[in-house]
Amino acid sequence: MSNMDKNRRQFIGVGVAAAAGLAIAPGVTLLDLAHARPADQAADSAKRWGMLVDTNKCATGCNDCVSACGKENGFGSTGHPETDPQWIRKIELKEIKSGKTHSLPMMCQHCAKPPCVDVCPTGASFKRADGIVLVDRHICIGCRYCMMACPYKARSFVHEETHDQNPDVPRGKGCVEGCTMCVHRIDRDQLPACVEACKAAGHEAILFGDLNDANSEISKRVATYASTQVRADLNLNTGVRYQGI
Amino acid sequence: MPATAAEEHGAHGGHKLIAKGDKCVRDTDEMRRNHMKILKHQRDETMYKGIRTTQDSLKNCIGCHVNPKTNSVASSKEDFCMGCHTYAAVKVDCFECHSSKPKAVSSVAPPPLAGVANTPVGKSIVEGRK
Repeated sequence: MSNMDKNRRQFIGVGVAAAAGLAIAPGVTLLDLAHARPADQAADSAKRWGMLVDTNKCATGCNDCVSACGKENGFGSTGHPETDPQWIRKIELKEIKSGKTHSLPMMCQHCAKPPCVDVCPTGASFKRADGIVLVDRHICIGCRYCMMACPYKARSFVHEETHDQNPDVPRGKGCVEGCTMCVHRIDRDQLPACVEACKAAGHEAILFGDLNDANSEISKRVATYASTQVRADLNLNTGVRYQGI
Repeated sequence: MPATAAEEHGAHGGHKLIAKGDKCVRDTDEMRRNHMKILKHQRDETMYKGIRTTQDSLKNCIGCHVNPKTNSVASSKEDFCMGCHTYAAVKVDCFECHSSKPKAVSSVAPPPLAGVANTPVGKSIVEGRK
């Protein structure tokens, strides 16, 4: 690419970003630009990425977040449902007395004190400075202790050889994996795939944002409305919270 | 002392394969000896800190060194990585997990239509994607 072409593209990029950042109403922006981080800057603990799931908006029978996750991260059915990778799943809850049902997505809760990290014998399971819990597949030996330690059954083991991976999401046989909150997308200022899919489906049940930023939409909602941490009794301080259950 | 890389390495020519650009991010001599260290350093920076500079990333290597014939850096002996690694009998583990292909231009391309690829409609879709 010639320099001139590059400059032109950069200029267009800036223009688009500026347009997207324009306020459409006081306090309401099309795109929150607060989380821009240059590629050469490390993720830091000033941020803590989290999600707030509103179960009142999550539709029974809708599976869009689950399919978007598989598509983004390069996995689908292997033909063996028992051992298929599963980073996010839909759960239907029903209160027996009233018959009230809830539908919600369950995935890695990105705990502040993750049990999977505690038990990992090699240090492959770790928490990034900005609160995202990840597996370093380079040193994961596939022992699956983390899968047993996780109270949310959020991790799965890759049983079969992988093909056609997304270049942004390397994954292979013999490692444990789980929701990365689409860390490769977050690092370039995009929303996680499930959040985007939920928005596209018109539900907007999953809100993604910085729990450490008092002015972020997610912090405001957590501060205003009652939200639940699943298995709050374990004191894990989860990054994924639920509203309406 | 061999004068050229071809003399040094004999008949295999995989290391010469460059699909785009005229200069690597480092000198050839340094890359030949230290590419694994550079990649490993970048790997940990990206994995643990989320630093995603492109210069030393594996994706950047693949972008330039991909074999246009196979659209890969490691699927055949003629591909860039395998050119030397086959000659030196050193196994490359990178591509057990990492894709050896550059990212498709359209990031929304659905996975291969294994079930319908043999139907006329499926064939036309698969052809259309190429």
